[in-house]
Amino acid sequence: MAIIKVIKYPDDRLKVVSIPVKRIDQNILSFIKDLENTMRAEPGGIGIAAPQVGNTIRVVIIDVSSKPNIKHNGRLVLINPEIEKWDGYAVGREGCMSVPDYTGNVIRAEKINLSAMDETGQVRSYEMVGYEARVAQHEIDHLDGLLFLDRLVSRRNDLFRRKVYQPSSTDNR
Amino acid sequence: MIKWYMITLVGGDKPGIVAKVTTALYQAGCNLGETTMLRLGGNFTIMLMASFIGAEETLERVIEPVAEELQLRCHVDYIEGKLHDHVEPNVRITIFGSDKAGIVASVTSSLADAGLNISQLDSDVAGSEESPIYIMNIEGVAENGIDSLEQALESISAEGVEINIEPIDTFIG
Ligand SMILES: [Zn+2]
Repeated sequence: MAIIKVIKYPDDRLKVVSIPVKRIDQNILSFIKDLENTMRAEPGGIGIAAPQVGNTIRVVIIDVSSKPNIKHNGRLVLINPEIEKWDGYAVGREGCMSVPDYTGNVIRAEKINLSAMDETGQVRSYEMVGYEARVAQHEIDHLDGLLFLDRLVSRRNDLFRRKVYQPSSTDNR
Repeated sequence: MIKWYMITLVGGDKPGIVAKVTTALYQAGCNLGETTMLRLGGNFTIMLMASFIGAEETLERVIEPVAEELQLRCHVDYIEGKLHDHVEPNVRITIFGSDKAGIVASVTSSLADAGLNISQLDSDVAGSEESPIYIMNIEGVAENGIDSLEQALESISAEGVEINIEPIDTFIG
């Protein structure tokens, strides 16, 4: 039972596109155990992606079951996850273990369908909504070298204003 | 010793304000901390935290020539503040309706009584000259839960003002 050190931005490994897992062997399974311990060791840890501990393979763990009154799929190990369908969108606030001391607003799909291998190598499909869907999208972004910082929306005006693009003489700051 | 100062600058908007102000501070050895810079009613407003080794008067002498050149009013204060002292908001309140005198005062008074600590508020007047719409966006910490905020705003809501109160479910992933 080990806890692995979480790497922090600007570590280059957070910007890498992770590679798919080809074979689920003892090494992978023991890594997954350590990854889960690492996630659970964080206060409020509800999701983690392998590249966050410097291992750039396509493995994500999420477990939002501690949050009351939401729909969720329980503890999930997602190996080579693929989001197959996106529906709706919502603004939510996110932070990241790899970006300490900052949270920001991000737009995510409200509902997603995804498929992934589980620890036994079986491919499974999941439907996720709301909070769980947002967490899954955040973690799967890590596998593609993306941070929530790449998707920030302005804190001001993001709820009401339609953007009107007008070139203006005072726009060049 | 490094000290933090709050610098406030306000004046008519024109191109290059941010670049000139921040360049002068950088050249004088300042580091910027948290800042907000935005255009309000054709004015440009800057509030910024700057760390600086010297005294308040020395920093004033750095900023004053730039402020004068850009016709900005300027104010420098030593502050006790520090970085990495963020408060995580747990509620977002958006309010809109026909422009009414006193709406900010009545809304924020009710919210304060109901236990809201505002961490950020911005408001705007949209619509047209003949029928202005007031829009307000508040984030804060609801010390007594969200229900008490909803109750507090019920009477204001009855006056034809649209009020949305939603939790901010920040996750760290
Ligand atoms: Zn993350």
